[in-house]
Amino acid sequence: MLELRQIVSQYGPVIALRGVDLTVRQGEITCLLGGNAAGKSTIMKTIIGLVRPTSGTVSFEGQTLNKLPTRAIVSRGIALVPEGRRIFGRMTVWENLALGAHVRRGRPQAEIDEDIERIYGLFPRLRERVTQVAGTMSGGEQQMLAMGRALMARPRLLLLDEPSMGLSPAFVDQVFDIIQAINRQGMTILLVEQNANVALSIAQRGYVLTTGRIVASGTSAELLAADEVRHAYLGEA
Amino acid sequence: MADILAILPQQLVFGLSLGAVYGLIALGYTMVYGVLSMINFAHGEVFMVGAYIGWAVLTVLIGHAFGGLNPLWVLPVLLIPAMLLCGGLGVVIERVAYRPLYARGASRLGPLISAVGASIVLQNAVMLSQGARMKVYMTNLVFPADWRFNVLGVSISVLSIVIIVISLLLMWGLVTLIQRTALGRSIRAVAEDREMASVMGIDVGRVVSMTFFLGSALGGAAGVLIGLYYTQIDFMMGYAAGLKAFTAAVLGGIGNIKGAMMGGLLLGVIESLASTFINPAFKDVVTFAVLILALIFKPEGLFGEPLADREKI
Repeated sequence: MLELRQIVSQYGPVIALRGVDLTVRQGEITCLLGGNAAGKSTIMKTIIGLVRPTSGTVSFEGQTLNKLPTRAIVSRGIALVPEGRRIFGRMTVWENLALGAHVRRGRPQAEIDEDIERIYGLFPRLRERVTQVAGTMSGGEQQMLAMGRALMARPRLLLLDEPSMGLSPAFVDQVFDIIQAINRQGMTILLVEQNANVALSIAQRGYVLTTGRIVASGTSAELLAADEVRHAYLGEA
Repeated sequence: MADILAILPQQLVFGLSLGAVYGLIALGYTMVYGVLSMINFAHGEVFMVGAYIGWAVLTVLIGHAFGGLNPLWVLPVLLIPAMLLCGGLGVVIERVAYRPLYARGASRLGPLISAVGASIVLQNAVMLSQGARMKVYMTNLVFPADWRFNVLGVSISVLSIVIIVISLLLMWGLVTLIQRTALGRSIRAVAEDREMASVMGIDVGRVVSMTFFLGSALGGAAGVLIGLYYTQIDFMMGYAAGLKAFTAAVLGGIGNIKGAMMGGLLLGVIESLASTFINPAFKDVVTFAVLILALIFKPEGLFGEPLADREKI
């Protein structure tokens, strides 16, 4: 569904990605593991068009994306839940969700309202806080809102960048349960995580990124068994 | 002293109408700052062009001697073309003078210089096409000088009340648009987080254009109102008014819409009180002294958020 071929990305003299190949298959959760500054977020930003690759191609359902502006990429069916959530903190929960549906403007309001109801079904906490200014909510609630906002676009591919970061363990479990539930309803997901154990437990397939290079890839079972993954990310000697 | 107290209510009404117009102009500065974090120094000139458009339309109306010039239809006929054309002018200024610089990743200084350049171009264009001499609004054909009413012995001109009412209506319209419509939501999204706004699928360039359109349209309306009030306009009038309105925006907290409106009203009232109680020659000294004091004790402006909070978002 999504293919990255030989992506090289540079910020001035700093090379963030050194020829990354990555495939996300329809209906699966693919996870991308790696430490700080490995280039995981750069990959997400490259897919969504916030970072332009120096060379290489990104294609989605057979169409090349890497020359398109972000808004055109988003309207082709990709949504991003960014690192650090980045909800619109000065707006209400409802307004954040409405902005998530921006790519579907022109659709009947009843359909949008129905989707907002579905999001409330997935995250009942948001319904209680519908008129609250989003910036005053807890980190976990903001994460739910960021995911709800992305889902409002009715994407076919969901990019999740470190959804567990900064959340209490109870919330982490809840968030991952919801990610799995969304996936079972047919959503294809690319998940960036530092917490390899949890990520591999819900993903079908994974990639390991170190300093801008893919160093290991395979099914979750293969990665869990691979020495370099166990040493580096699962805390085993 | 008794004399001064007798004219105080009149001076307050004068200050409020002047302040309402400052507020209208200040909205343009503050909205553009909100989405681009830059000061559009050409905005004062957009206001000046608005005054000229209103003057031109009024001159045509008078030339055709439509009999009585009833303000009920004359005002919209002056305001609407000035607002539409100034709105368009704002969009063009952004496209020509600012966007090419941003697209090439210019620092904040580049667009600032470009703004000063745009304002010089506009002043000279108006001077060359309209002449350097002032133009006169025949205001008394629309609002005769004896249209005044007495409230508790205070004589107040109808025009100053009309200016306050129109300014407040336009402000109310803008606030409604920003708070209640999808376009307003997009503008707020771009102002808060430009990158995430584009991830929502928002066409950021279009939102920036719309922001310039709205701010410049209000500036154009302000030009017409000031033209009617002072009756004399010239190609340099945008400089001083722009500086005052910019001050109002900073006083209220730049980037904040409510702040721009309140800052404008406050500035107008301070100015008229300073003229009444101290000396008209010192009114600008007092105005800017208030600004400096306000910024020392509340650097983010009266309604602004502390900068650190803004950066966190």
